[in-house]
Amino acid sequence: MTSTTIEYTRESVQAAVSTGRSRDRNTGSLVFLILLWFSLFFGVMVLLVLIVNTAIDGAPRFDSELLTNYDSTLFPEKTGFRAGILGTVWLMVTTAAMAVPLGIAAALYLEEFADGTRWYNRIIELNLQNLAAVPSVVYGLLAVAVMALIGFQRKGIVLGGAIALALLILPVIIITTREAIRAVPNEIRFGSLALGATMLQTTWRQTLPSSIPGIATGTILGLSRAIGEAAPLLLLGIAGAVRFDPTGVLSPTTALPIQIYATTSQSQEAYQQAAAAAIIVLLVMVLALNGLAIFIRNKFQREW
Amino acid sequence: MATRPATFKSSDSFSGSLDTYMSSIVDVKSTKEDRSLPPEPTAPVMETQGLNVFYGDFHAVHDVDLAFGRNEITALIGPSGCGKSTVLRCLNRMNDLVTGCRVEGTVTYHDVDIYGKKIDPIEVRRHIGMVFQKPNPFPKSIYDNIAYGPRVIGMKVDDMDAHVEESLRGAALWDEVKDKLKQSAYGLSGGQQQRLCIARTIATHPDIILMDEPCSALDPIATSRIEDLMTELRSTYTIIIVTHNMQQAARVSDRTAFFTAKPDETTGNRTGLLVEYDLTKKIFSTPHDERTEAYISGRFG
Repeated sequence: MTSTTIEYTRESVQAAVSTGRSRDRNTGSLVFLILLWFSLFFGVMVLLVLIVNTAIDGAPRFDSELLTNYDSTLFPEKTGFRAGILGTVWLMVTTAAMAVPLGIAAALYLEEFADGTRWYNRIIELNLQNLAAVPSVVYGLLAVAVMALIGFQRKGIVLGGAIALALLILPVIIITTREAIRAVPNEIRFGSLALGATMLQTTWRQTLPSSIPGIATGTILGLSRAIGEAAPLLLLGIAGAVRFDPTGVLSPTTALPIQIYATTSQSQEAYQQAAAAAIIVLLVMVLALNGLAIFIRNKFQREW
Repeated sequence: MATRPATFKSSDSFSGSLDTYMSSIVDVKSTKEDRSLPPEPTAPVMETQGLNVFYGDFHAVHDVDLAFGRNEITALIGPSGCGKSTVLRCLNRMNDLVTGCRVEGTVTYHDVDIYGKKIDPIEVRRHIGMVFQKPNPFPKSIYDNIAYGPRVIGMKVDDMDAHVEESLRGAALWDEVKDKLKQSAYGLSGGQQQRLCIARTIATHPDIILMDEPCSALDPIATSRIEDLMTELRSTYTIIIVTHNMQQAARVSDRTAFFTAKPDETTGNRTGLLVEYDLTKKIFSTPHDERTEAYISGRFG
């Protein structure tokens, strides 16, 4: 193989670099860029049109009665989503109370205590990824079975719905918590252990506090997924027509998505308007949760 | 704090003869108090016998016999990959935390084999503290960094404020941080962080302090402070230090163990072994083994 030497002279370099065109702006590059813009535009526009359209539909019903009234069959123009909103709040709190401790404990076991070479730990790892992709209806069925096992005959109560939603978001919480725990450098663990701290003390007093921002973010994102779910709740007999506030975890309840679904199936125009307004309320709740997650992540993010 | 001459070599390699090399560090050495120590440690506080360490199938350290004297500073030196850090981590069972690590032979501490059946590794680490290569303060305040150790080991401390002050004074850090005890330890410089880690270690009143290249991430001024500190700590603690810096070993240590790595003839894996262990002044003036002489004169490694 012969090697050719290129001679760089003042003239040859000038002729090569000052051609008056940029190869980054030729036709091929421009077509590609337009394609990217179109894809972005398409995604954002569809969402925007949907939200604006829904907001216009629901415009006549943005009043306080939407939030404070119960569902009404006699006065469609005064129907409200009080039961749905309170039901959703109860469901979310109960879901979090079940899913967060379980999720954190499972993630701590897998990251800090499990021996990754054991077959059963590897199977758990593999299945966690799969569980996150299981359709929500399946978790609804599972929750029905759990409720039957623990002997609750009553349909449509907060506990049943919360079990379904907790099962649904558990994989999400476990996966994000594991990532938060993994982000804590080993030097911190070794520093603690070298002082004579036990693994339990090190986990409890160093690793876990350091990963709380990540855990909080994951939990909130999980809840914002659960808040819009209707399918698993339907399986548990959570109905739309509920005209009282839930009073506890064993109280019958409805949920905002269920109530929206029930309202849209009515034929009167007033119900359609109320449903559209309620959809905006649900969106605001989801966006508020996501906003909170972003806030926590930015505020407490730590550089190691 | 003892004064240190301005001549400071930050490089390990030296291309001249051994005599020139020794004369270049001799004025540095002269600041160290001249201790007349017996050739062998009398009543060693810690001993390894036939210590072999494996990571999975990989034979990392081969047959190390060492004895560490009380209130002495012992330096472990040698080229990269010679197993000196591995040996150090065996001494307080930090190797337990490395998956696949296996230790053979005995490590006796006050005549107890710390790899024996009835040994609680947590209790071993409470007696034998460790300072790491990279300063690793906890993401807490300076005060809480010091108080953490005594709290988790359940040490009886009447006045934690006084205990924190005493520990920080012991690590020559008190004057620099006394007005910002409640501030995050991450606001300190690298050298201050490392002294905080030393203060954190002595807050639990260990018997032995292991140091794994404690100055490798620090600049020469911070390094010289840590070295002064080690000399002061020797009156209370037994110190075992791994270092890449031969001048550092020559300046601070009483005894030096030289390790090297020997490639396996069939697999090519490098196994660490102890070449020579003697008083530091003998290692650096009249080494027995030609590999030691080649290494400290900069002809190898």
